Amino acid sequence: MSKQEPKEIKLGKVRLSSSSKAFYTIAYLSLILMAVLCVIPFVLLISASFTSEEYIRFHGYSIFPKDISLEAYEMIFKSPLTIFRAYGVSIFITVVGTLLGLLVITMTAYVISRKDFKYRNKLSFFFYFTTLFNGGMVSTYIYYIQYLHLKDSLLALIFPGMFNVFYLLIMRSFVSSVPTALIESAKIDGAGEYRIFFQIVLPLLKSGMATIGLFLALGYWNDWYNAMLYMNTESKYPLQYMMYNLLQKTQALAQIASKAGIPVTNMPSSSLKMAMAIITTGPIILVYPFVQKYFVKGITIGSVKG
Amino acid sequence: MSVHLKNFLKEWKKNRPLFIMTIPALFLIIVFAYLPMSGLILAFKNYRYDLGVFGSAWNGLENFRYLFSSGTGWLITKNTCLYNILNLLTSQLLAIVIAIFITEINQKVFKKITQSVIFLPYFISWVIVGTFVYAFFNYETGFLNHIITSFGGEGVNLYSMPGVWPYIICAFNAWKWCGYNSVIYIAAITGVDSETYEAAAIDGASIFQRIRYITIPCIKPTVITMILLQVGRILRGDFEMFYQIIGNNGQLFNATDVIDTYVFRSLLQNSNLGMSAAASFYQSLLCFIIIMIVNTVVKHIDEDYALF
Repeated sequence: MSKQEPKEIKLGKVRLSSSSKAFYTIAYLSLILMAVLCVIPFVLLISASFTSEEYIRFHGYSIFPKDISLEAYEMIFKSPLTIFRAYGVSIFITVVGTLLGLLVITMTAYVISRKDFKYRNKLSFFFYFTTLFNGGMVSTYIYYIQYLHLKDSLLALIFPGMFNVFYLLIMRSFVSSVPTALIESAKIDGAGEYRIFFQIVLPLLKSGMATIGLFLALGYWNDWYNAMLYMNTESKYPLQYMMYNLLQKTQALAQIASKAGIPVTNMPSSSLKMAMAIITTGPIILVYPFVQKYFVKGITIGSVKG
Repeated sequence: MSVHLKNFLKEWKKNRPLFIMTIPALFLIIVFAYLPMSGLILAFKNYRYDLGVFGSAWNGLENFRYLFSSGTGWLITKNTCLYNILNLLTSQLLAIVIAIFITEINQKVFKKITQSVIFLPYFISWVIVGTFVYAFFNYETGFLNHIITSFGGEGVNLYSMPGVWPYIICAFNAWKWCGYNSVIYIAAITGVDSETYEAAAIDGASIFQRIRYITIPCIKPTVITMILLQVGRILRGDFEMFYQIIGNNGQLFNATDVIDTYVFRSLLQNSNLGMSAAASFYQSLLCFIIIMIVNTVVKHIDEDYALF
């Protein structure tokens, strides 16, 4: 018996008409263009971080590093304390926030997808409503500071990003793929609700938890907004906000200097900024190839209503 | 005892662990989302820190009158709406085109690499994007001026030219989101039954006919959902984007100030708090009203397209 080929039309084998040829040419060219546009900033960043300060000052940033130098990185690692501390803060809020958020979101998603829980729809709406209506920036800020006393507390960086209704809905569709019969049979065997959740349901939600966990972690890692609003002490700045602060300082100094006609020498250097950006973004780029598929999955599920 | 309470107690007895499992989420959503809503009354008050939100004196619609009589209210509302419409059109259109191209191409490796690369900007914080923007466009060392001067041209200082920033913001917004959005459209297109495409190929449909009569109608529901979601946010500016790209550059405010950046500035500089509370209030309220109206209308026309 000959091996059965799956029936499919191989479009590539069909002789292409000239209009399709034109289509494919345009498609390839524009995708390449788009990809180049997405990569160029990163290349510029990397190249600039390895370029000597002098070269940047006289010739500006360029795609290929010309006058290669490691002075920016040397400068950063000469006094690494600030950076390591900021790294520490970022890692701390990312790990703690992601784990807690994941637990809260998964538990809630489980409950609102249990068909025998009477208030599931009311509860879902109670959560969903906050995406339609919210207090806005002013009242939230004043409320956090004056009534929750979150000023300069790391909790201000952890709590606001912990629970997210969009992630709850994605998680709910992951949970709904767990067969109800499994839960019911465990119940008949005498397992309690907590045991069912932690020992039976959670192990089945690994890919869901990876997906939501990564979304949460990305949010925490890239957060600078909450830090800007609520943090005063420099030693508590997360990486992104420390980076932002540094950029502001150098930009302000450069502007003042150039307005006053002073040559921009002895300034915190441009290549230093770029090296900082590399150090801040590095971890994301490194894990990106391995985690990308989870994000694709999460977005795909999130875009299907329900 | 009321019927509701009785029912509740019955359910509580039956499913107590389930109730307990929702407590952390309820705590978070009540403390960090519902309770701050009470602060919206600040829009009608003359806020004083020592008196607090509830102790400050009422001042009616004074805050709103100031906001709009100064012209700021109209300017930031207009800017917010225009940016959102422009960003919606460009970013969705770009994402749709990319998704169609990627799904039409058969070269697997090429497909995979381009998709990964285009998705990359989504993962980068706006702080870093702000760095890119500055590295590209600043007067002294910017990449753009580097190119212009190397061709013998005269460098331009874009940071004092408000007119170009709507385009720059729009471009970077599309750049950052096109990967994310195209994932959504690719999912919608690959969800189309492959037999439909096979049948079309047998009937001799050209590639353009295939896109026009199969792909586009099939992603229509997704497009509508995306538009509805954005319409519900039409008065909300992407604060992180505007703040990182523009920052506190007062020269550009006329062209780039949106409600969120305006509110933020007055919040940190502690000036005009009443006005920004008013702006924040009417932003929240109008967004809510708009999304309710749009959703009701859409529900009326076709239930399937409604958001909730």
